[in-house]
Amino acid sequence: MRLLIIEDDRESADYLVKAFREVGYVADLAGDGEEGLSLADSGDYDVLVVDRMLPKRDGLSLIGALREKGNRTPVLILSALGQVDDRIKGLRAGGDDYLPKPYSFAELLARVEVLSRRHGGPTEETTYRVGDLELDRLSHRVARGKDELTLQPREFRLLEYLMKHAGQVVTRTMLLENVWDYHFDPQTNVIDVHISRLRSKIDKGFERPLLHTIRGAGYMIRDGIR
Amino acid sequence: MTAFGKLIRTTAFRLTLAYLFLFALFAASLLGYFAWNTRRLITEQITSTVNAETSEISDIFARRGLRGLVFSIENRALRPGANLYLVTAPNGQALAGNVGSLAPGVMATSGWSETAYRRLDEQDTADHRALARVTELSNGFRLLIGRDLEERRRLFGIVAKAAQWSLLVVVVLGLGGGIFVARRVLRRIDAMTGTTQRIMAGDLSGRLPVGRSGDELDRLAENLNAMLERIEALMVGLKEVSDNIAHDLKTPLTRLRNRAEEALAKSGTEAEYRGALERTIEESDGLIRTFNALLMIARAESGQARGNMDDFDAADVAKGIHELYEPLAEDGGMTLQVRTVSAPLHGNRELISQALANLVENAIKYGKPVASAQALGADAVAPSARDILIEARRDGDSVLLSVRDHGPGIPEADRKHAVERFVRLEASRTQPGSGLGLSLASAVATLHSGELRLADAYPGLAATLALPASAGISDRLAAQTPDVPQKVA
Repeated sequence: MRLLIIEDDRESADYLVKAFREVGYVADLAGDGEEGLSLADSGDYDVLVVDRMLPKRDGLSLIGALREKGNRTPVLILSALGQVDDRIKGLRAGGDDYLPKPYSFAELLARVEVLSRRHGGPTEETTYRVGDLELDRLSHRVARGKDELTLQPREFRLLEYLMKHAGQVVTRTMLLENVWDYHFDPQTNVIDVHISRLRSKIDKGFERPLLHTIRGAGYMIRDGIR
Repeated sequence: MTAFGKLIRTTAFRLTLAYLFLFALFAASLLGYFAWNTRRLITEQITSTVNAETSEISDIFARRGLRGLVFSIENRALRPGANLYLVTAPNGQALAGNVGSLAPGVMATSGWSETAYRRLDEQDTADHRALARVTELSNGFRLLIGRDLEERRRLFGIVAKAAQWSLLVVVVLGLGGGIFVARRVLRRIDAMTGTTQRIMAGDLSGRLPVGRSGDELDRLAENLNAMLERIEALMVGLKEVSDNIAHDLKTPLTRLRNRAEEALAKSGTEAEYRGALERTIEESDGLIRTFNALLMIARAESGQARGNMDDFDAADVAKGIHELYEPLAEDGGMTLQVRTVSAPLHGNRELISQALANLVENAIKYGKPVASAQALGADAVAPSARDILIEARRDGDSVLLSVRDHGPGIPEADRKHAVERFVRLEASRTQPGSGLGLSLASAVATLHSGELRLADAYPGLAATLALPASAGISDRLAAQTPDVPQKVA
């Protein structure tokens, strides 16, 4: 995967480039808005990571210019402005995801992976399969092996989101945003409880667990152990 | 700028000048009109007198001949304040009258003319002016009857003088008044400017002087004072926030640092290092959360979040939060219930959800039945004592979003205190939390022109977000049947 990081703070930019390279991605770096725009426009990137406040041209106008040229590369906006209305402004400007600073690299990585998949991935499937777990999005049926599972509507949406991103790390905030549509930080482990309920329904009594906890990052559904 | 320069630049002074000009113009035109009309009136009077006398004397001449004419003229000329009379023979020689000399050619043309003249009995050489009519009698005799114009001239002089004086008075009074008013206004404006400069220099407690007259300057000063009040409150709030940030973030930062230092000092195993680093990340995540909450409170309190408001139903918020927290409550041994009636709201849905979430989190953390009941054994605690009820309902013009638990509650004396930032009533701080939950809920309520009410639930705490119902859509939504209270185990 090829990434372009547009960030003017040298230290965090270098850290990001290094961290992304360590997980095996190609990451290029642009130090200001103009350079970022020309690189993003010419290069063939899978995901752009754009800081909102940049010298020469700010992040939102950069995204606007890209979108005007018909460039649909997914963009993740990084910003010190983390409030709900800032996020909405960012997404309206053409961003695909918004991550307030300070962020954990695990969170950033998880979101970038989801974005790249969304961009290049196949069209929405109607049935998700992970191992012997099967979820039918049209009939809302969930089955593991031969056993039919009964899920609450919200548990179904939670599982649906996890299975849509099977093999990818999904963070707690991503779940809260995408399954519940809340953008605040709960001070409690409210998501963990929902996960453990779901886990007791889909993994309990089966030999191979599918729903894994990734320490310091979030959750992942996949067949087998990493 | 000199004091005088400042004075004449004031709006008051300029306005005075404009008025002065207008009034002078008005006075001048009034006097002009008066003078012109008087002059016309006097002229009319003279002509009618002269006309009457001319026809009278012509009559005498026709009836009694030259002798009668001369006699009548001499007779009239001797009266005090007499008109001017002159009769000339066809050769131009004066036969009778009281005119000594005339401007040349006057007698030659018939009709009205204005002429200089001198009376026969006059010694001085001063010229007088008269309005005179010359009539040709039969046989080449000519008759002049006129009247002195001195009266008209004097009257005109009086009017001119009046005009001069009144102009002078208008100008002096106007300028004086203008300077007086301008100085008065200027003094007050200067006082305001002085205060503003003090405020700009950093003394936010300064207030503009407000007079008792209630005029426009007083109203301006009052409004500016109200604005300063608000600014000062915001500044104090800001200072409080930064003080609190400094105070309450330094503690976990110190802890963070100590842990890192300790891990570094001890030559531990890799697992120990790993553990220390994980705790460090956990701790910094907590810090970030606290920081975000503080920023959010500050934004809500400053009213910045007003831009993102829409219409929605408080019942949906209550149900959404119930759905999110129900498993967590159950894990904590509580039962979370929800009871809603459709209650339309206009506001920031995200913030109101978060405020309600904070109240629910508090109820789950602190709303457990008190120890005395537990001492009797878990079975003795009635199931309802572990209930937490989220409720959305309408009460008149308010929408109430409340969370009710059966825990120890908050003593009345502490309730006001509990809303303050970083206040955690549980002294031991065994429960995780930043102490910002109620502050945020309160700030969100204030942002929506509502309030956070803490009350006794006998036993327990009833925390209620009382928000004004949205006017426009309320009736439409209220017409729908209320939702059936539901209990989700």
